[in-house]
Amino acid sequence: MDLFETFFNLEVLARSFPMLLKGLWLTLQLGAASILAGLVLGLGLCMMRLYAARPVQILTRVYIDVFRSIPLLVLLIIVYYALPFVGLRLSPFVSAMAALTMVSGAYTAEIFRSGIEAIPRGQFEAAAALGLGHRQTMTDVILPQSIRMVIPPLTNNSINVVKDTALASVVAMPDLLKQATQAQALAANPSPLIGAAVIYLAFLLPLVLLVSRLERRLNRGKA
Amino acid sequence: MPGYISIRNLHKHYGEFHALRGIDLEIARGEVVCVVGPSGSGKSTLIRCINRLEDFSADSAIRVDGVPVLPGSNLARVRAEVGMVFQSFNLFPHLTVRENIMLAPRRVRRTGRAEAAAQADRLLERVGLAAHAGKYPSALSGGQQQRVAIARALAMEPQVLLFDEPTSALDPEMVGEVLDVMRDLAQTGVTMVVVTHEMGFARQVADRVIFMDGGEVIESAPPEAFFSAPREARTRNFLHAVLDH
Ligand SMILES: Nc1ncnc2c1ncn2[C@@H]1O[C@H](COP(=O)(O)OP(=O)(O)OP(=O)(O)O)[C@@H](O)[C@H]1O
Ligand SMILES: [Mg+2]
Repeated sequence: MDLFETFFNLEVLARSFPMLLKGLWLTLQLGAASILAGLVLGLGLCMMRLYAARPVQILTRVYIDVFRSIPLLVLLIIVYYALPFVGLRLSPFVSAMAALTMVSGAYTAEIFRSGIEAIPRGQFEAAAALGLGHRQTMTDVILPQSIRMVIPPLTNNSINVVKDTALASVVAMPDLLKQATQAQALAANPSPLIGAAVIYLAFLLPLVLLVSRLERRLNRGKA
Repeated sequence: MPGYISIRNLHKHYGEFHALRGIDLEIARGEVVCVVGPSGSGKSTLIRCINRLEDFSADSAIRVDGVPVLPGSNLARVRAEVGMVFQSFNLFPHLTVRENIMLAPRRVRRTGRAEAAAQADRLLERVGLAAHAGKYPSALSGGQQQRVAIARALAMEPQVLLFDEPTSALDPEMVGEVLDVMRDLAQTGVTMVVVTHEMGFARQVADRVIFMDGGEVIESAPPEAFFSAPREARTRNFLHAVLDH
C-alpha cells in the first residue's frame, strides 16, 4: 500500500476536517480558560506563599509541591471518575479545566515567586521608605519589573497546558485529539491523526520559537 | 526635652550579633547631623531603624515628631514624613525619572496626575535635571541618578531626610554635584541625618557630628570641636586614619 495514501489521504483529511476544527475550537477554549484561571490561582498562591501568615505559607507550599508532583492524568481521572463517589459530578470540560488549572496554578506560583525574588531588596526598601503599602509596592514597583522576567517561563507553561489538554480525550471530551481518533475510526484511516498532529504543531511550534527569542532578548538585556 | 527625632535605648540584634548597643540620641527640628565611624560600626543600621526598615527590640523607643515608630498604621505616617536616600540610589528602573518622583505623591497622598507631574518638574529643576524628566534611570550617570533619588524623596515633602552614604557609590567627579544639592537642602530647615565618609561635608554643613564604633555612639559634638578637639581616643584614632591620606 502507498504510504502517502495511508497517512496523508487527502480525501479522508478533507472529510474529517470539520470534525477536527470542532475539536480544535474546544481544545483552544479549554487551553485558554485553564491558562487564565491558572495565572490567577498562581498569583494568589505566590502571594500566600511569600507573604501570608506562617501556617498558610506552609499549606501553600504543600499544595504547590503536591500539584507539581502528581501526574496530570492521575489527577484528571480522580476528578472525573472518583469525585462522583462523593457526590461531585463534573462535566468532562470542567473536570479537565479543574485539573489543568490546579497544576498550572502550582507551576505559575513558582514562576511568579522566582520573578519577585529576583528583584533587588533595595526596590522593596525604596518603596517602603516612600510610605507605599505592601499592595502598592507589589502593583506599582515589584510586579511590573517581575512580569518582564517571567514572560518566557509563563509562555512555556502555557504551551504545556495546551499540550496537556489532549489528556481530556481520556474523559470523553471531544477535543482535537478525540475528534481525530473518532474520525480515524470512521474512515479506517490514520490521516486525521496526522492532521491533528499538524494542527497542534501549527499552534505550538511558533510559541516555542517565540519563547527562545524572548529568552535571548532578556539575556541580552542583562549583559 | 525630647528632640524632633528621639531615640531611647536603641538595641538591635542580628541573631546573636549585637549590632546596636543602647543608643540614646535626640535630634532637634532642622538640625543637620552627620554620622561617621568605621565600617561595621552600625551607622546604616541606626538610620534604617529611624524609619523602621530594620526592626528593633521592643524595649527600645524611637519617636519622630512624637509619633512612635512602631509597626502598624502609624508606620506609614512616619514614613511619609521621613525621606530616605540610599547608597545605591534604588530608583525604579521601569519608570521614567518623572514617574519615579510622581509615584509616592500619587499613591500615598492621592495627588492628581497633573499636579504631581508639575511638582516633579519643579523638583527636577531644583536638582538641576529638568532636561531629563522623560528618560529612564539607566540612561543617567550615577550622580544624576542620586539627584533624582533626592528629588523623589523630596516629593513627599518630608520633615526628615535620611542619607546612607549617598556619595559612596559615585565616581569621584560626581560626588560634588550631589553634595551641592545636599548643602542647599541643609539651608531649607529640613532635619537631616547623614551617614557619610565625606569629612569635608560634615565639617562645613553639619550642626553636629556623631562618631559611632562597635554599635555605640562614642562622641557627639559640633563639627568645630569634633574635628579640632575630639575628646575620645577612639575618635582621634578614627580621624587620624581617615584624614591622613
Ligand atoms: N542583615 C544583617 N545580618 C547580619 N548582620 C548584619 C546585617 N546587617 C548588618 N549586619 C552587621 O551589623 C553591623 C553593623 O552594620 P552596618 O551596616 O550598620 O554598619 P555601617 O556602620 O553602616 O558600615 P559601612 O560603613 O560598611 O556601611 C556589621 O557588623 C554588619 O556585619
Ligand atoms: Mg553602612
